[in-house]
Amino acid sequence: MNDLNYKSYRIEAENICVDYHGKVALYDANLRLKAGQICGLVGMNGAGKTTFFNALTGFVNISKGKIRINGESLRIAQKDQAIAYVPQSEGIDSQFPVSVWDVVMMGRYGSMNIMRSPRESDIQAVKDAIDRVDLIELSTTPIGNLSGGQRKRTFLARAIAQRASILLLDEPFAGVDIRTEKLISELFIQFKNEGKTILLSTHDMIHVREFCDLVLLINKTVVAYGETSEVFTPENITSTFGGMSPDALFGPES
Amino acid sequence: MVLIFLSTNITSFIADPLSHEFMRKALLMSSLVAAVCGFLSSYLTLKGWALMGDAVSHSVMPGVVVAYALGLPFSLGAFIFGVGSVALIGFVKQKSRIKEDTVIGLVFTGFFALGIVLVSKIKSNIDLHSILFGSPLGISLSDVKQTVFISLLVVILLSVFRKDLILYCFDPRHAKTVGINILFLHYLLLTCLSLTAVVGLQSVGIVLVVAMLITPGATAYLLTDKFDNMTIISVISAIISSIFGIYFSFWFDLETGGSIVLVQTFIFLFAFLFAPRYGIFKFKKLISNY
Repeated sequence: MNDLNYKSYRIEAENICVDYHGKVALYDANLRLKAGQICGLVGMNGAGKTTFFNALTGFVNISKGKIRINGESLRIAQKDQAIAYVPQSEGIDSQFPVSVWDVVMMGRYGSMNIMRSPRESDIQAVKDAIDRVDLIELSTTPIGNLSGGQRKRTFLARAIAQRASILLLDEPFAGVDIRTEKLISELFIQFKNEGKTILLSTHDMIHVREFCDLVLLINKTVVAYGETSEVFTPENITSTFGGMSPDALFGPES
Repeated sequence: MVLIFLSTNITSFIADPLSHEFMRKALLMSSLVAAVCGFLSSYLTLKGWALMGDAVSHSVMPGVVVAYALGLPFSLGAFIFGVGSVALIGFVKQKSRIKEDTVIGLVFTGFFALGIVLVSKIKSNIDLHSILFGSPLGISLSDVKQTVFISLLVVILLSVFRKDLILYCFDPRHAKTVGINILFLHYLLLTCLSLTAVVGLQSVGIVLVVAMLITPGATAYLLTDKFDNMTIISVISAIISSIFGIYFSFWFDLETGGSIVLVQTFIFLFAFLFAPRYGIFKFKKLISNY
């Protein structure tokens, strides 16, 4: 699974379009990512970032185009547990009566029997994952009693327990504490070394420069895509954000 | 002396109704119905399907009437109209610019009205009053068999797919990502809702069955942070409400359905005020402060 010599693309999205009841949310979007690559997905609110994620996970159907994951169809990718999705904080009912352990165990459901009764290996995978995000002492805590950062780490642990080769993260750094931010940064480096492919959406320009090999700028469609050093230019950012300059958007520092 | 008087009174309060066969049957059947409704309720509350529960429970009405008229099991008619109404809601929502809550209200009142018209038109021994307000005291033997069968079926379905359904309520996107069929789970929950609604309406009637599907779960949600406990509390509070409701209706000559739901509402109110963590008066805080 963590084969660094994986030749073909992990994610191939070709000219994909998504519309909701006739309203276009995303059109002609392309993306190709290999093993060990980290790509930043940057755009305004409503630019189609979450839609892009939804299309890649199969949660919404694309109306046009093609998606291949590890050279196979989405259905096979889902069966193979190839993709893990780490939701945005707002995308989750934080008061839902489940514990950290329950949530992380959900990462194993896809490879369990119909009753989802955990085997020894599942329990070990969950323990390891919770340990990696430093939440062992909170594993029985209901998620409603966690801080935003701890909750984010819980969902990261779920992705780790799933042992997916592709990680999709929607705003992983939004609303987290410094400790969590540092932990996520370290995990990204580990994931990269393990050969995982990461696509993350973010509003933070510093994070893009720090982690992302590639960047995909979108505004309903791809504005620019390529290596961060080449593509992440003030001109491209300005056209992604509808004519606003990077300075106006993020302050002179960025 | 006072104690003896009180205890004789309480004993007769409890024992007297039990000497009637119809009361024993009503208590038993209503407890079963309440248990199933309570079980499902914990899922519906978390899925945010309260309005859906209302819609489905009203929409089954024409199905029940048609099934009775044709001599078919009423659960079959209820099932077809229950699932049909939701399909129709989905269709109208997708094909028009009307908002979902409006569509739901529109569709279920339409079905409900059709049911009422059918009752008045089709010559049968269906009692409109007992469909609308329930008749736990007059449940027939064939109704008992069907109720037991449906209850078992719903409990088995909800238990086998328990973890998947929890995941579906909590994070359907993750479920989809790991290859779980969420469309199947959606219709499974819907099927259970239609079947449970028809079981529940015998106890409290169509008008109030939605309370059986919402209130126990909502009460339990205020009292715990664990899903398993939530289900247990929901079931227990539903059963207690049914038993007390029937007793009150017996002793004070009240409409049984209304009486059961009122007890449920009072239990909810109690939890709302005094739940240790989520009540208005947070007891835990008080205790830990001193």
